[in-house]
Amino acid sequence: MILAELALTSPYYLVLSALLFATGATGLLIRRNPLVMFMCVELMLNGVNISFVAFGADLNDVGGQISVFFVLVVAAVEVVVGLALVVAINRRRSDATADDVSLLRG
Amino acid sequence: MAEFITFFFGAAIILAGAIGVVVARNAVHSALFLIQTLLGVAVIFVVQEAHFLAAVQIVVYAGAIVIVFLFVIMLLGVDKAEDLGVEPIAGQKPLAVVLGASLLATAITFVLVATDGATGVGSGDPERQLDSGITDIERIGRVLFTEYAVAFQLTAALLTIGVIGAVVLTRSQSSADQLDDLAPASVDLPSLAPEGANDEHHVDTVEEDAS
Repeated sequence: MILAELALTSPYYLVLSALLFATGATGLLIRRNPLVMFMCVELMLNGVNISFVAFGADLNDVGGQISVFFVLVVAAVEVVVGLALVVAINRRRSDATADDVSLLRG
Repeated sequence: MAEFITFFFGAAIILAGAIGVVVARNAVHSALFLIQTLLGVAVIFVVQEAHFLAAVQIVVYAGAIVIVFLFVIMLLGVDKAEDLGVEPIAGQKPLAVVLGASLLATAITFVLVATDGATGVGSGDPERQLDSGITDIERIGRVLFTEYAVAFQLTAALLTIGVIGAVVLTRSQSSADQLDDLAPASVDLPSLAPEGANDEHHVDTVEEDAS
């Protein structure tokens, strides 16, 4: 069988990572609901996490996994602040999309 | 071989979930597809023998972050289906798909051209090497609390700032409203004056009695 002869090397993970990142980026550009846009940002972050771990495994170094840990923390904070913004905007305009935020003035 | 099959299962789960997040009309469905993707990423972490990260991925991402998403969806009542056919910006979707596809093509080209993989040099420190025999958790713990201790402290500060920011942003009353509430004028006290003492006519009757 051909599959048995193939070793699972980092390009597989990197292509998967690129696919996930591109899907997230496309969703971020297509969708207008700010909540779904944040979910697409999470997809992009996860795509990056996969390649961090793949590179770490390639170099036999734990640094890649440490990076994923920090990305996770930053993602959590980003979601908390971002969703707080969504809640604050929705108080004023009940059916706000991302386009309506352009009406905000300082 | 088993590794290979697990990888392709994980990849299929991840990509199906990712496409689901993008195309689902209902925000709740998007959140559930997001959980699917995150669990698939945890499978990929297990294949790469990052067991601690796989556990953290499930507990923190699927267990906490997506729950926050679902809480906000519930709170705002935006769980109604969105009409994806509406297109206020002409040509937004085709352009977005073209941009996403070109991003993907660029990334994959880079990966396939760079056939020699990661060209950097891993740390010679045996504590950082993945095949040094100690468990995953111990290795990450040792490195995180020594080499990356400052960064770790900074994430603590970042989390605190994030929580304070969320509280400030979602506070329901502005500070002006709160000052109004403290003002005693809004309290309706019962009058201590005798019945009718504050009427206009009352003053007149007193004057008439004096004359």
